[in-house]
Amino acid sequence: MTATAERGSWTASLRHRLARTVPPGQVLPDRQPAYVASWIYVFGVLSLASLLLVLASGIVLTVGGPTWWHTNAFGHFVNSTHLWSVELFFATMVIHLWGKFFMAAWRGKRGLTWVTGGLAFFGSLGTAFTGYLSQTNFDSQWISTQAKDGLNAAGIGAYFNVLNGGQMLMWHITLLPLLVGVIVLLHVVLVRRHGVVPPIDETGWLPGTQPPEREQPPEPAGRAEPPAPVEPPVRTDERVPTARSRS
Amino acid sequence: MTASYYLHWGVVQISLANFLVILLMVLVFVLALLLPFPGRHDRGDR
Repeated sequence: MTATAERGSWTASLRHRLARTVPPGQVLPDRQPAYVASWIYVFGVLSLASLLLVLASGIVLTVGGPTWWHTNAFGHFVNSTHLWSVELFFATMVIHLWGKFFMAAWRGKRGLTWVTGGLAFFGSLGTAFTGYLSQTNFDSQWISTQAKDGLNAAGIGAYFNVLNGGQMLMWHITLLPLLVGVIVLLHVVLVRRHGVVPPIDETGWLPGTQPPEREQPPEPAGRAEPPAPVEPPVRTDERVPTARSRS
Repeated sequence: MTASYYLHWGVVQISLANFLVILLMVLVFVLALLLPFPGRHDRGDR
């Protein structure tokens, strides 16, 4: 296809846009900087693994229906798997958040990565809340009657009625999982685009201060062959030794 | 079913179970910072 023909092609434009967003070597890198060899970097992917377990167990519960899990032993097992994977998801996500907060992980033009992580957290809170309202038991009734006054006082009770079990269930199994899924996907894409944030002592500057002059152009870790430059460099962190070069 | 045991500090109250979960998360966070990661070789070189 000629360059003129590509200009009018939306598939070619989309392909170029995707390649610019996350260059090929950064999508699934086989090498990471040496500082990533720490347990604190594990909790992000643990959150993702927990989220997959949440989705899988939730799909089984969806097939059975809202009250199916009460009626048989397998239902109890799937319901418990759903609950405990959510507990694991939140625990690992919060530890991930603590780690990134103390790393000041918004450095190096990673602000949007930080923001999407925060949005994923708050979206997950809403999803978990509607899940507790969808248990179809006395606990969900108690939670809904406790929550209604606050939501009514905030003026949203008419649109988000916690006493309406059907509405809460639909929010829980369609709208909010879609929202959280899209935000998490954006978050992961941004992490792959900008790379894992280096420790503060690797870049030599603290949050709130001016970053030092960059000694050399940024080089993405984990990329086998540098792609042809199509726009200004996307990686903004300073060059750091890779795990392979240090060992 | 027995009632949950709650801890009280002024206006703050939290169930013992939730408090223990938070303590466990803090412990895991500290351990993640302190424990060596398998396969990392550079610590002994310094």
